[in-house]
Amino acid sequence: MSKVADTAQGEILVAGEPGSGPALVLSAPISFWGGVDPKSGTIADVRHPEHGRSVAGSVLFLPGTIGSSSASAVLLELVHNGHAPAALVLHEPDAILLLGLIVAREMGWRTPVAVRLDRNGFQSFAGKDVSVSTEGLLEISAV
Amino acid sequence: MGLTLTAEERAVADGMFGAGAAMAMRIVAESARLLGAPRLIPIASAHIDGALYHGDSGTLFAEKLVEGGARVAVRSTLNVGALDLMGCSRVRLEEPARGMARRMTEAYRRLGCEQSWTCAPYQAGHRPDFGTDVAWGESNAVVFCNSVLGARTNRYGDFLDIASAITGRAPDYGLHRPENRRATLVFDVSALPTTFLASEIAWPVLGSLYGREVGNAVGVVVGVDTHPGEDALKAFGAAAASSGAVGLFHIAGVTPEATTLAAALGGREPEAVIRVTKEMAAKARASLSTAAASDRLDAVAIGSPHLSLAEFDALERLVAGRRLAVPIYACTGRHALAELDRAGRRRALETSGITIVADTCVVVTPILPERLGAVLMTNSGKFAHYAPGNTGYAVLYGSLRDCVESAASGRPVFTDLA
Repeated sequence: MSKVADTAQGEILVAGEPGSGPALVLSAPISFWGGVDPKSGTIADVRHPEHGRSVAGSVLFLPGTIGSSSASAVLLELVHNGHAPAALVLHEPDAILLLGLIVAREMGWRTPVAVRLDRNGFQSFAGKDVSVSTEGLLEISAV
Repeated sequence: MGLTLTAEERAVADGMFGAGAAMAMRIVAESARLLGAPRLIPIASAHIDGALYHGDSGTLFAEKLVEGGARVAVRSTLNVGALDLMGCSRVRLEEPARGMARRMTEAYRRLGCEQSWTCAPYQAGHRPDFGTDVAWGESNAVVFCNSVLGARTNRYGDFLDIASAITGRAPDYGLHRPENRRATLVFDVSALPTTFLASEIAWPVLGSLYGREVGNAVGVVVGVDTHPGEDALKAFGAAAASSGAVGLFHIAGVTPEATTLAAALGGREPEAVIRVTKEMAAKARASLSTAAASDRLDAVAIGSPHLSLAEFDALERLVAGRRLAVPIYACTGRHALAELDRAGRRRALETSGITIVADTCVVVTPILPERLGAVLMTNSGKFAHYAPGNTGYAVLYGSLRDCVESAASGRPVFTDLA
């Protein structure tokens, strides 16, 4: 039995499949290249506060990203091997990271939706199960 | 606002010129939309970093472009791959990754890319004209292209590099626009001793410091009286682009967009001036080593970016025919290798105990032997930055002379302490 406890409307950055999963709200910006293991989705950067958590299957809230020109390759690899986040929520668009989703869509692979939402709105989703629709609507599903 | 495509660009995206070109155009256009670029601009050349194997998805992407009949529309050189295709060194990449890396190599060849396999394309005959727009990848190649050649590129990463090469278009954004190439910070090295500034190690060390201090801003270095030479600028840029997201630097009186300090600043006041002290330079040098107290040495690696023939000349002079106790891995491109072979120089180097690594390098693919607690010495700021994470070796930073003397004696030797 689940009911909707809270919602927020995100702006679609890259259209994709709707997704749901546990919210993973990162407390610091992350570099996907070197920061996330492309084979498993585990946060590999030992200096990152969420080191050891996995982005795979989560609704991933990104307060910021540290630009590496290979971030898109890591995200594409995660989509291909089934360890991508179920949806991505970004405070601001990162063209290099999101390029991984654009290419995944071109490859015909199942691509998670990516939306923009102000990071001030992230905390209300922390620790909850969250779904993101194809229209960018975020909903908490309280069990 | 928003992105406007020309009728021709829309026709390409709609598949008028094949599925591969259409996919490439949609990738460039979607990136432009996310970057907020108002239009696409034509490019004169590309340098592709995306042919380095990170995982199967990159190979499948390149093969899909090939299946769609795509070909590069402009001159496109390739950065390093994961394999030593010339067979100079042994890469310990196992199947099935090795096979996928080979397939990737073949796909980029069929897309029409030049088999350059070097991170120093600018020393392998690919030098775009001053002021032209290009789409280059790999951080050191990007920073050299912008800063030393004065051609205009952003930092093009995987997928967008080859998509731009196929379409001949790039988003009108960032360093393509003259107003974003003006320096806003001054990096003043005039307080440093001239003997230090004339030394080889000054450039990787100062580059490493510059990258950390300036980050992704555009800065101008002042206090350099004489042109330090192209290999020094190559070392400075590579180190700067390793420690910070540097895409463009200027050196007043040296680089082409900085004929004077005022020209580099576009006639405005700088937002900040960083006055580099001897202590800052010493600290930056020390921070390049992670094994400062070690008396162990397992290997020496040089050639990031890839060694030029002038750098091989210096190496040969310092080795002077001696037999080395510890191997030196000398990374370079096939452009230099061809010259070394022609003159019989490669055999002499190999007899001394130097392993030439061609088409790739020791931090992007497994070449160095796996050893616990191993120590690597290098004169490259870029190798110093990436080797600990990518190879597991601790790093000692030293001049080329000290690297060679250490390899000859089998333990770390430091004489160039300037």
